[in-house]
Amino acid sequence: MKPANRYHPLQIVLHGLMAVLMVATFAFGKYVHSLPLSPAKFQLISYHKWAGIAVLALVLVRIVLRLAKGAPALPGSMSPAARLVAHAGHLLLYVLMVAIPLSGWLMSSAYGIPVVMFGLWQLPDLIAANPELAPQLGQLHGLLNTVLLLAVLGHVAAALKHHFIDKDGLLSRMSLRG
Amino acid sequence: MKKALLLPLAALLAAPAFAQPVDLTKSQLAFTLKQMGVPMSGSFKKFAANVDFNPAQPETGKADITIDTASIALPTGEASAEARKKEWFNAAQFPQARFVSSSIKALGNNRYQVAGKLTLKGISRDVSAPFTATAQGKTLTVDGTLPVSRLAFKIGEGSWSDTGTVADNVDLKFRLVLVNP
Repeated sequence: MKPANRYHPLQIVLHGLMAVLMVATFAFGKYVHSLPLSPAKFQLISYHKWAGIAVLALVLVRIVLRLAKGAPALPGSMSPAARLVAHAGHLLLYVLMVAIPLSGWLMSSAYGIPVVMFGLWQLPDLIAANPELAPQLGQLHGLLNTVLLLAVLGHVAAALKHHFIDKDGLLSRMSLRG
Repeated sequence: MKKALLLPLAALLAAPAFAQPVDLTKSQLAFTLKQMGVPMSGSFKKFAANVDFNPAQPETGKADITIDTASIALPTGEASAEARKKEWFNAAQFPQARFVSSSIKALGNNRYQVAGKLTLKGISRDVSAPFTATAQGKTLTVDGTLPVSRLAFKIGEGSWSDTGTVADNVDLKFRLVLVNP
């Protein structure tokens, strides 16, 4: 069977949706972190947590789809080294998309401030409250986000290279059009 | 001889009504509140309690609890620092909060109701809370929850008075471990 030349439409939609959601959640998180405590900060932290849990839920759907539907073949012109870098980069992005919301959730649990999705559904605490561990998980959350920032920049740079330098039509894999 | 017997008796009678020691290391004054629908707990690490309570004669019981407001502890250091500020407990101007009981009634089934005056941030209000008393060996553990309106005591002023973010109701949970009741 010839592999499809593009991702499943649902994969493409999720890719775009998560890109927007992740950029927003990232920027939001950085902003909230810089704010002094205020009612607005409490609200924004809650929104940030909802968005993060949404990312976690969506990435799980994406992982299932990726395993079920696979990915279209990479252009034949890519060297084995470039393929390896592409696969490693994508794997790293998937790991981070799971690890970052999880580290945030763990941090919330450690602080003893549970995540209440949309202010309605309280998620279970992943670990018991632990005041010593909580700030460390916060640091981990920040560190993973720095790695994510670099990984996403690399992802975008690679896409632009394929499109404008290699001109190999790779981006059409992730496009619903044409 | 008679005098020798009478003196300690007189000393006993003259002893303050609040004679029951409270094990502060095992006692707790905690509270839970909701912000954005998220339950959050905190506690007061420093307080003094003068309690006299005998489950057989609850009506004669008394409690006088003084809380060091600056000892408030919340999940984050930032929140603890905020809670000491003017808008919240104003710990600099009102270093102490106090509860003085006025009556204790038996509700049956090992349940009791204490009424009294709670003074927070210079504001006094009559409050009432149910509690249970559990005897174990030489200790008697009193557990109860006092629901309070934080706004009635101006806890959280200015932008913090918006109950859409931090709810008005706060449950004060007290656990007092009385020794040798």
